[in-house]
Amino acid sequence: MPGDLTRDAITITLVTGVLIWVLPLIVGTYTLTVLAIYGMLGLSLGLVWGFGGILCFGQAAFFGLGAYAYAIFAINIGESTVPMILAVLVPAVFAAFLGALMFYGRLGDVYLGVITLVVTLILFKVINSTAGPQYVIGNARLGGFNGIPGFPTLNVPGIPDAYIWGDRYFQVCAVLLGLVCMLVTALLRSSFGRIAVGIRENETRMSLMGYDVRARKTAMFAIGAAIAGLAGGLFANWAEIVTPNLFSLGQSAEIIIWCIVGGLGTRLGPVLGAAGLAYLKFLLGQQAVVDNALVTGLVLVLFVLFLPKGVVPALSALWRAGAGRRPRGRVRQRRRPPRRERLNG
Amino acid sequence: MAEIALETHGLTMRFGGVVAADRVDFKLEARELRCLIGPNGAGKSTFFKCITGLQSPSEGEVYMRGIETTGWMPHRIASLGVGIKTQTPNVLDSLSVHENIWLAARRFHGSREADRKTREVIELLDLGAISRNGLGRLAHGERQRVELGLVAVGDPWLILLDEPAAGLGAGDVERLTGIIHELNRQAALVIVEHDMQFIRSIAETVTVFHQGKVLMEDHVESVMSDPVVRNVYLGRKA
Repeated sequence: MPGDLTRDAITITLVTGVLIWVLPLIVGTYTLTVLAIYGMLGLSLGLVWGFGGILCFGQAAFFGLGAYAYAIFAINIGESTVPMILAVLVPAVFAAFLGALMFYGRLGDVYLGVITLVVTLILFKVINSTAGPQYVIGNARLGGFNGIPGFPTLNVPGIPDAYIWGDRYFQVCAVLLGLVCMLVTALLRSSFGRIAVGIRENETRMSLMGYDVRARKTAMFAIGAAIAGLAGGLFANWAEIVTPNLFSLGQSAEIIIWCIVGGLGTRLGPVLGAAGLAYLKFLLGQQAVVDNALVTGLVLVLFVLFLPKGVVPALSALWRAGAGRRPRGRVRQRRRPPRRERLNG
Repeated sequence: MAEIALETHGLTMRFGGVVAADRVDFKLEARELRCLIGPNGAGKSTFFKCITGLQSPSEGEVYMRGIETTGWMPHRIASLGVGIKTQTPNVLDSLSVHENIWLAARRFHGSREADRKTREVIELLDLGAISRNGLGRLAHGERQRVELGLVAVGDPWLILLDEPAAGLGAGDVERLTGIIHELNRQAALVIVEHDMQFIRSIAETVTVFHQGKVLMEDHVESVMSDPVVRNVYLGRKA
């Protein structure tokens, strides 16, 4: 369906363009930057979980690995282009290795959750205990729970002195988020993406069709980690410090909540869920009456009870109910499931 | 001598102390149609799972077109051009009929060719009216038919069906018979089945399993009239 892909690409470009222009009028770009980064992180799990059927409790591990990879290599290399690429590659390779271990070991879903969770914990513990001066990679001190501050931030590729910051950095993050959305769209429309959705639906059937489920799930897992790693690298640039908290369980849980609230099995849902909830957290952080975690928990509970499919699927169902009443040209067209479902399948 | 599509030598499957399949020697020629029957627990399904790779046999070998496939994973066996339908319907529930069949076709063809093959199979199985519906919303008979479509679209030379007629109405069974004859023009088939009416209408040679072993292997009419078979299997049902 190349025509559909072009249409999607145009839509994403337009929406990204308009948002880059409009949103800074309402919210500060410093906050918007991190919302875009979280959106990308949400999308990474949205892809792996919502379309690949792999519930990963450790998406934060790849996010943190990306951030640390960036910080460490930026200190050692002194510019940002190569570290940014490594921020994508390091988590991807790590995930490919971990994924191969799990999927070729024929682990069930529950154990997969447990292992990804434990890996996140291990990373957290390990990085946390590297406070001593003997823990260095090249010129970079790992710094334990204090993290790594003071690394070179993003610069124009090839010109190490031209730093990208402030409004410009927001635009870079937003454009990258748009690009990742397009990439994910293209992926889901490709045979690889359609087969991945088939695997989510029924692994046995897909293997009886002749597909190597293990290899394909590993690849999907690595792609999700690469996106999370990119988000991590961008986050490191935004925060200008990386700390072990990036690997915290709270962070992992939050990503999962974003996906549930936004809507699994959609591309837009996890992005909106991430940006919306992170913004809510930001607003709540400015007052001291109610606790942040309490509200996030309440939101999750309410969604699970009343809107279990999430915001985006609910909205698109509403939209369809409205549009469905309008007469259509051909009867067959009406039988065709709406676009979102076709994307799933 | 005709080409051998499927052959097993001394295939044995043990679960702890239970021998579910006991030194089964089985031979199927190209474009042959064979039904496997036997009472519950006779080892038909275990035998079926061992040749499809869903289980790995304890002993013995499996050959497909002369290639040893013992202990292979199902996806490798399927990749040889073997179509498999399991006992319980194994379909992709939230996807459309078209997508289900397309995914099966895509394994052996490019994207465009898969589109064409999918249309062809949808036509062949008369699924046109429901091709955009999700599998989860279809009736049991329709789901079974879609699963046959998944099997057929790969142009297999060996088809293994576990209870394809289970739970089907009379009209659906008749349609199934037609489809199976159509498939049989290209492929050898092994069909595990309980429905005697159905077996009579499609089979020539029948293999009877009893307590993990092959009890007898003969023409369908002589099997049905055999007193031993009647005792172990049909006798109990009558």
